[in-house]
Amino acid sequence: MSKERTRRLVLAITAVAISAGVLAFLAFGGIGENLVYYWSPTELQGAGDEAIGATIRLGGLVEPGTVERAADGLTLKFAVTDGAASVPIVTNNVPPAMFREGVGVVVEGTIRKDGSFETNRLLVKHDNQYRAPGDGDEMEMEALMESMQFDRSQKAQNGSEDG
Amino acid sequence: MTTSQIGLGLVLMALLTCAAGTPIGFVAGATRSATGLQWTRRLAYAFAFFMLLANLVMQYALITHDFSVSYVANVGSLATPLHITIVSLWSSLEGSILFWGLVLGIFVTAVTYLQRQGHEDYLAYTLGTMLLVGLFFSFMIAGPANPFRSTPLPIPADGPGPNPLLQNHILMIVHPPLLYLGYVGMTAPFAMTVAALLRGQLGSTWLRPLRNWLLLPTSFLTMGIMLGGWWSYEVLGWGGYWAWDPVENASFLPWLTAIAALHSAIVQQRRGSLKAWTSILIMVTFLLTILGTFLTRSGVVNSVHSFTQSPIGPMFLGFLGFCLVGVVVLLSLRIDTLVSEPAEDSVMAREGAFLLNNLLLVTFTFTVLIGTLFPIIAEAVRGVKVSVGEPYFNRMAVPICLGLLFLMGVGPALPWGRSDRRSLRRALLVPLPAALAAMAITALLGGRHPNVLLTGALAGYALWVTLDQVLRPARVRARKGESVPQAIDRSFRRAPRRVGGYLVHFGVIVTFVAIAISANYQVNFETTMAPGQTASVGDYQLTFDRVRVVNEPHMVSQRATVAIARGGKPKGSLEPALNHYPTQREPIGTPAVRSTLTHDLYLTVMNVDEEGRLGLRAIVTPAVSWIWIGVFIMAVGTGICLVPPKKVRVAESAPAMEAATS
Repeated sequence: MSKERTRRLVLAITAVAISAGVLAFLAFGGIGENLVYYWSPTELQGAGDEAIGATIRLGGLVEPGTVERAADGLTLKFAVTDGAASVPIVTNNVPPAMFREGVGVVVEGTIRKDGSFETNRLLVKHDNQYRAPGDGDEMEMEALMESMQFDRSQKAQNGSEDG
Repeated sequence: MTTSQIGLGLVLMALLTCAAGTPIGFVAGATRSATGLQWTRRLAYAFAFFMLLANLVMQYALITHDFSVSYVANVGSLATPLHITIVSLWSSLEGSILFWGLVLGIFVTAVTYLQRQGHEDYLAYTLGTMLLVGLFFSFMIAGPANPFRSTPLPIPADGPGPNPLLQNHILMIVHPPLLYLGYVGMTAPFAMTVAALLRGQLGSTWLRPLRNWLLLPTSFLTMGIMLGGWWSYEVLGWGGYWAWDPVENASFLPWLTAIAALHSAIVQQRRGSLKAWTSILIMVTFLLTILGTFLTRSGVVNSVHSFTQSPIGPMFLGFLGFCLVGVVVLLSLRIDTLVSEPAEDSVMAREGAFLLNNLLLVTFTFTVLIGTLFPIIAEAVRGVKVSVGEPYFNRMAVPICLGLLFLMGVGPALPWGRSDRRSLRRALLVPLPAALAAMAITALLGGRHPNVLLTGALAGYALWVTLDQVLRPARVRARKGESVPQAIDRSFRRAPRRVGGYLVHFGVIVTFVAIAISANYQVNFETTMAPGQTASVGDYQLTFDRVRVVNEPHMVSQRATVAIARGGKPKGSLEPALNHYPTQREPIGTPAVRSTLTHDLYLTVMNVDEEGRLGLRAIVTPAVSWIWIGVFIMAVGTGICLVPPKKVRVAESAPAMEAATS
């Protein structure tokens, strides 16, 4: 009985150890490729070429005077700024209702070699604590970076993805 | 006395009953004292009674708009309709923890009453453990998450009302209570397992009620998760039902381990093995419900920094740590008392399939857990803000779900214990034509994606085996001369758990197929339309008519009328809306959905510009309805499992045959 039990115990522990190893390998290997980085325009430009290809969630304010709708009515171009750096954005999304110049936005997508940011998820972050852009800009950026998580309620306003 | 004081007084009474009931329960369990058990029972009922009264007082304050109570001042509003005022009890943190207390009271009462006969030596420990959990929650309600604070003067004349997202759909009335029934209900099997470990015995007489008490919250959790997905689909406007959001994952994790425990408990009942493993799974399930509550209620998911802003997060983390240490200590001291009976297990047998099923479910749990916790750990340790993308979860979930579907077919086809190679081959080969037929049908209907074709084939196999297994005892009876309806009726009544179990499998198969189809063949389209313009998506032609503005007491709604035609035939119109709540700066969309059995047409208003043009998102998703139908079938199946088996007074030799096949 005890010999049999020991044998089975060793067998069970080996099985669990092997599967745990395989699992950890699979899970952590997969996480690295599928991480979404939360960056401000300054951080994005600081990352340089490293940023190309990674999924990035970029937060900032819509730079006044940069919003441009293409003639086909589909493509929308604007720039996202944090006061120090500015990133040009291209999207085919219909912007959410509160989208306008100076408003806080979070976009998710990838950066192309020409330095423009292509997104299919565009979300307006119009927190109730927000003040008009101006002297409070730095504080706002901080608050914006804090709240860059898309929660379920905010998926209402962002772009297409398959479920 | 003010309403706040009465409410707090009742919570303190509940706290006192727990503080007394916990030690009395444990001492009564250790000394097997009948008087002690009697007192534990009384205190358990008293706890439930005080929690009920405290909830009624809060409900009264909500309905009468008593803004002197802090919670009412936070979530109440004179303009909110009555039914939403009632459900706003669980619309915000403090209220939901109070409601948690009520649900725990309901479960404590149910366990005390339903297990009143027999099992006395287990019951005292069980109630003691449940009241220990009650002690923590009463403390939270009385202290850090107190909803009965007095509003600072001057008392406002009106409040902001509950979160508009919660006001926007009827599903929000039923989704949270079901989730709570599932979450809180896991306290019962946990406490019963603790009792078994403390007694040092987990025999089949205690396992039977334990399985039922595990099954009940699991089915609530199933319904709760599904309704959450459905709500997300009907309300949030992105056309999907599941996004691997931390909030969703929090409810999914304990569900996975509960399902694993339910399956390993079957092996335990049949073979007498896996006792320790089942106990561990049940305890982990409870720990995951506490972890889930911590994740969703502390704000740690949004930012590690918001976690320290209120004491609630650290308190939950502390309770989680306490439970974890308690479970580990208890297991290490007592696990060898749960001796499994030696069984000649074989991998190529039913128990092998059960083991693989458990391995897959635990792997799934780990995957989701890592993906959910990684961003929190990364931010805490390295100060980097990241999130884990959906592809990570999907990459693991798809093969695991295909594996589970495979086991759902192969497992029940395999006999228990060792068997010879010929009968094995026959059992496994017979359902193959069904698999090939199902794959051919999938391909004919337009399925091209390899995962969809594989899902079709595995579903066909599993369907055949499920149907064969359900009808096997009836076939034996029919061969013995009973009429077919009578044979089916009698065999079903004799073993409702078996029939229910396979019905649950059927529901899972339906859900898996529907998820595979809807995830792979969604058509998504966004456009801006002027009044009178037409656009097409899938086979649909959408004509935008106009936007009308509707004023309601608590909001202003912009409703877009869109005429629908399919293949040239008019199919009525849909009216997606954008709702503006005075207390919110961002409008909230209400999608309009045309559901059919084959597909859904889903319209969301993105925006309405100054010139009256409509920014519209249109999504056509096949088979979505079958996800809800499949889960509904699972719920019915679970209900049947809980029906006690009927002893059929017929002299026959069928039972032996049934035992051999079930």
